[in-house]
Amino acid sequence: MHAPVPPRPEPLVRIDRVSKTFGAHRAVDGVSLDLEAGSFLCLLGPSGCGKSTLLRLLAGFESPEAGRILIDGADVTGLPPHRRPVNMMFQSYALFPHMSVGRNVAYGLQGLGLGRTAIAERVADLLRLVRLEGLSERRPDRLSGGQRQRVALARALAREPRVLLLDEPLGALDRGLREETQGELRALQRRLATTFVVVTHDPAEAMTLADRIAVMDRGRLVQAGSAADLYERPESRFVAGLLGDVNLIEGRLGGGRPDGRATLETGFGALVAGAPEAALGPGEPVVAAIRPERVALLAGPGEGLQGTVTDAVFLGDRIRRQVRMRDGTLIRAASPVSADPGAGPGTEVRLAIPPEAVRVLAP
Amino acid sequence: MTAFTRTALVLGLAFLYAPILVLVVFSFNASSLVTVWGGFSTRWYGVLLDDAPLIAAAWVSLRVALMAALVATILGTLAALALERHGRFRGRGPFTALVYAPMVMPEVITGLSLLLLFVGIGLDRGLATIVIAHATFGTGFVAVVVGARLKGLDRSLEEAAADLGAGPARVFRTVTLPLLAPAVAAGFLLAFTLSLDDLVIASFVSGPGATTLPMRLYSQVRLGVNPEINAASTLLIALVSLVVLAASRLLGRPDAAA
Repeated sequence: MHAPVPPRPEPLVRIDRVSKTFGAHRAVDGVSLDLEAGSFLCLLGPSGCGKSTLLRLLAGFESPEAGRILIDGADVTGLPPHRRPVNMMFQSYALFPHMSVGRNVAYGLQGLGLGRTAIAERVADLLRLVRLEGLSERRPDRLSGGQRQRVALARALAREPRVLLLDEPLGALDRGLREETQGELRALQRRLATTFVVVTHDPAEAMTLADRIAVMDRGRLVQAGSAADLYERPESRFVAGLLGDVNLIEGRLGGGRPDGRATLETGFGALVAGAPEAALGPGEPVVAAIRPERVALLAGPGEGLQGTVTDAVFLGDRIRRQVRMRDGTLIRAASPVSADPGAGPGTEVRLAIPPEAVRVLAP
Repeated sequence: MTAFTRTALVLGLAFLYAPILVLVVFSFNASSLVTVWGGFSTRWYGVLLDDAPLIAAAWVSLRVALMAALVATILGTLAALALERHGRFRGRGPFTALVYAPMVMPEVITGLSLLLLFVGIGLDRGLATIVIAHATFGTGFVAVVVGARLKGLDRSLEEAAADLGAGPARVFRTVTLPLLAPAVAAGFLLAFTLSLDDLVIASFVSGPGATTLPMRLYSQVRLGVNPEINAASTLLIALVSLVVLAASRLLGRPDAAA
C-alpha cells in the first residue's frame, strides 16, 4: 500500500536509544525510531507496553534516563513541555472545565505575540476546521463526547506544532463515531501535512490511520513498518498475532533446500517455507505463521497435507473453515466467496500453502 | 424509615442540639432569670448592643479571625501544593505529619507551647500573638481541604496547559488556582470559624487589650449567667453556622470534582 520511503539524512524526529524506568519497571527500554516530516505514525501495543510513556517522553512530561530526542535536528531532551514544538491531545481530552470552548482553543495562542483579533480569527478558523462553529461560548461539560474530542484536537493544533501527539484519541468514543472519526483524522492529517504520532492499542485502528506502525512490547520497539510490512512479514510471533488472524504452527526447522527455501517438520507433515530468519538453524524449534487467506483447500485425494473440514462459517465476504489435520492440529483457512471450494464439514481436503506465505519465526 | 431508626435519629439529634436549642430559646426570654421563662422578648439583644466591652471583644474576634484565616489559607495552600505536587521529596512523610499535627494536638498544649515561645522570644502578647496562634492550627485544616481537592484534580489539565506553552507560573495562575478556588475559599472559611470559636489557645496567648468574644463570654459566665450571654452565644452560633454552611456548599459544588 505504501512504498517504503528511503531514509533521509535528517528525519523530523529522531528518538535515539531512549530508556525510561519507573522504580524497577522498565517502561521504555532502548527505543530508537526516526520519523519523517508529514508522516502518520502509530505506536501500537498492549497496555503497559510503554507506548504512552514514549509519547510523554516526546511531549516532555517525562525525562529519559538514557538516550536523546531530536526534533528538527535540535536536541530537546532537556527541554520542558512548554518549550517544545510539539502539542499533545490527551486521552481524557483534558479540556479546561472553567473555560469556554473558545478560550480553551485560544489558550495556546496567548503569549505568541498575536493580537486579540488575530487570536479570535485563528480560533474561528480552528473551530471551523473541526466543524464546531458557533459553539465557542459553550462550556466543555455542555458538549457531547465527540464534540469534546474535536475541541481537544483544535486546541492541540492551534500552535501549528511540528508534531502532533495523540494519546488514544478515539478511545472514549463509541464504535460508530470512532470509525467516522478515523476517516476525518486521516483526512485532516493529509490536508495539514502535519506529522502525527498516535498511540493506540487497537491494531485495526493503527492499520486504518497510520502509514507507519511501530509495535511495542514490554518497553521495547519490536518492529516498525507499514501495515503491509507488518502483516505480510512479521518478524516475531507477537507481531504476527497482533495484526489480524493467523495460524501459528509449532515445528522443527528441516534441512535447507537448494532453492534457498526451508522445510518445516510439523506433526502433520512437511511444510515448505520461505527463507527463515538468519538466526535459526536446522533442527531448531520454530513456529510458522500462516494467514488463513493464504491457505487454499483442494478437493479429493492426492499428494499434500491431508485434513478434514470440521467447521465452515459464512462471513459475508469470505468463508472461514477449520481443518483438522491428522495429528489433531486445527488450521483456519479463509476463501473468498467468489472462489469458494464448497467443502462442508466432514469433507476430506488437501491444503495448498505457497512457500512465501509461511513465515518461519522464533518460537 | 422504621420506627426504630426514626426514634434513634430524633434522640441522636436531641442529644446533639437540645442544649443549643435551650440556649437559643432562652435568649428570647423576657425575664432576667436564666432558667425561668417570662415571655418572648428581644430585650437582651438590645442590652447586648449597648454592652461596649462585649462589642469590642466581638471586633477583636472578627479581626483576629480574618487575619488568621488569611495567613492560614496562604500557608495551608502552599503546604498542600508542596505535599501533593512535588513528588516524593526527602522528608515528605515527616513534613505531612508536621502540617497535620496541630489539628490533633490538645489545645492546652498548643496554647502553652506558644505562650512559652512568645515569652521566650520576648514578643509582646496581644492581637498579633493570637493571630499567629490561630494561623498555626488553621494552616493544617486548610492544607487538608486543599490537598483533598488537589488529589482529585486531573494532572493532565496542568500538563495540557504546559504543553500549550504556559510556563509554571502561568499554569498555576490560569489552571491550578482557578480549579482549586472552591477548596481554598472553603479552607479560608473553616480557618475563620475555628479562630472565631477558640477559647483555650486565645486565653494562653492573649495579652492586655486583646480579649476575644469567647474569652469575654467565658469570663462573664464565671460571674453568673444572664440572658445577655445567651443572646451573644446565639449570634455567634448563627454566624458560625452560616460560614460552615457556605464552606460545605463550596466543597460540594458540582464542578468540585472536575
